[in-house]
Amino acid sequence: MKVQEKPKKSLSNWARGRSLWMIHFCTGCGAMEMPPTMTSRYDMERFGIIPMATPRQADLLLITGYLTVKTLKRVIRTYEQMQDPKWVIGFGSCTLNGGMYWDSYNTIKRLDLYLPVDVYIAGCMPRPEAIIEAFVRLQEGIARGEFDGWRRYRENLAWYRANQAKVMDVNRWGALP
Amino acid sequence: MNWIQATSIVWVPLLAIATGLLYMGIARKVIARIQRRYGPPVYQNFLDTLKLLSKRTAISHGTIFDLGPIMALAGGLLTLLFLPIGGYRLLSFQGDLLVVLYLVVIAPLGMALGAGDSANPNAAIGMARGLTLMLAYEVPFVLAILAVMVKYNTASLWDIVQAQAGGWHHWNLFALPLSAIVADISLQGMMGKKPFDQPVAPHEIASGPMVEYGGKYLAMLQLYHAVAIFVETSLFTVLFLGGGPLWAFLLKTFVVFLVAVLIHAVAPRFRIGQAFTFYWKWPTLLGLLGLVWALVL
Repeated sequence: MKVQEKPKKSLSNWARGRSLWMIHFCTGCGAMEMPPTMTSRYDMERFGIIPMATPRQADLLLITGYLTVKTLKRVIRTYEQMQDPKWVIGFGSCTLNGGMYWDSYNTIKRLDLYLPVDVYIAGCMPRPEAIIEAFVRLQEGIARGEFDGWRRYRENLAWYRANQAKVMDVNRWGALP
Repeated sequence: MNWIQATSIVWVPLLAIATGLLYMGIARKVIARIQRRYGPPVYQNFLDTLKLLSKRTAISHGTIFDLGPIMALAGGLLTLLFLPIGGYRLLSFQGDLLVVLYLVVIAPLGMALGAGDSANPNAAIGMARGLTLMLAYEVPFVLAILAVMVKYNTASLWDIVQAQAGGWHHWNLFALPLSAIVADISLQGMMGKKPFDQPVAPHEIASGPMVEYGGKYLAMLQLYHAVAIFVETSLFTVLFLGGGPLWAFLLKTFVVFLVAVLIHAVAPRFRIGQAFTFYWKWPTLLGLLGLVWALVL
């Protein structure tokens, strides 16, 4: 992998951190923790984070749970439709190491091989408090200019494509997304 | 005094954008408090616009797709220049109310053109709903404006403001109450607030015309939305609340906006057919009565 640029503070980085528009790709049971995080009880809008309807408008992709190989293709397509700079949060143990699907034949075990994940939330399930802590960490990091998964993905596209092709070919899901 | 008037063509658009963005932030806060949430800071929409403007990439779907948001923003700003904001005349002339009636349509049409070029089915549905809604609310709105024009026998916004001077009991809100109610109901549809937010229903059609817009395009649409809010509340203030000096003018636009937001916060959404039937039934009937009121009294 290439060496990354030095992080720097700027006005736009500050604004980016304070206004994250999120698209949550509800793949697994993690989606169930999002409604309380969005609504009155935990109210993530106070951090400037709101759910968006389409990937074009969004800055933050939330992978909530396990990813089957079939879904991975859709997730990659969704990620590539988003506009730079963009960030990914891997949500729950499934995105870290497979979690309870560690020996499943048709789910991916490490999300990081296929998409540049910026923040992981460990746990099965992570509670809304954990999700909000991840959001705050991400916001602080963005304000300092640290999280640049989108640049990593752009610069190491061949490496990610090779990893993606590996699982997709094995399962005969056709050409690259 | 004189140089404020002379530079008004510069500061009025800036004021409109800043006020509109602030109003949008306040609306989010008000809605949050109604839902017993803490809500975002009132300056959140400034941050959102700054973030959208600093996006690195923006996908285009063609020339008309690029021009759509520009046409929307330009249409909004052009309409603004014909309104007597806070007692300052910009491009006012005899009969500017009729011009304004045509100009307010430019911005939604620009949006529709851009959305159409994105070739997304959700955008097409949103566009069709938006234009249908426009057809629906224009009829009662024009009836309400006709009543004002008949009462003062003029089509100049400046003359209408002058005619309402001298105390709140001269305002058209009290002189022509039926028409004022009709105009406010039409304003709800014009601003796309519930129950008339069918064009951008995020849960049904993924934010409708905006579905393919991202990055800087979305920033442009955000600015257009801010200007549109200011133009629409200003139009109501000029026609029915008697204008006033700048601070009173802004206060009145805020009250008009707040009424719309409070209805928005607690109302469900009509289907587009229901909205159309509603507008052509009750507000139109009231508007006709208001016209008779203006002619007879």
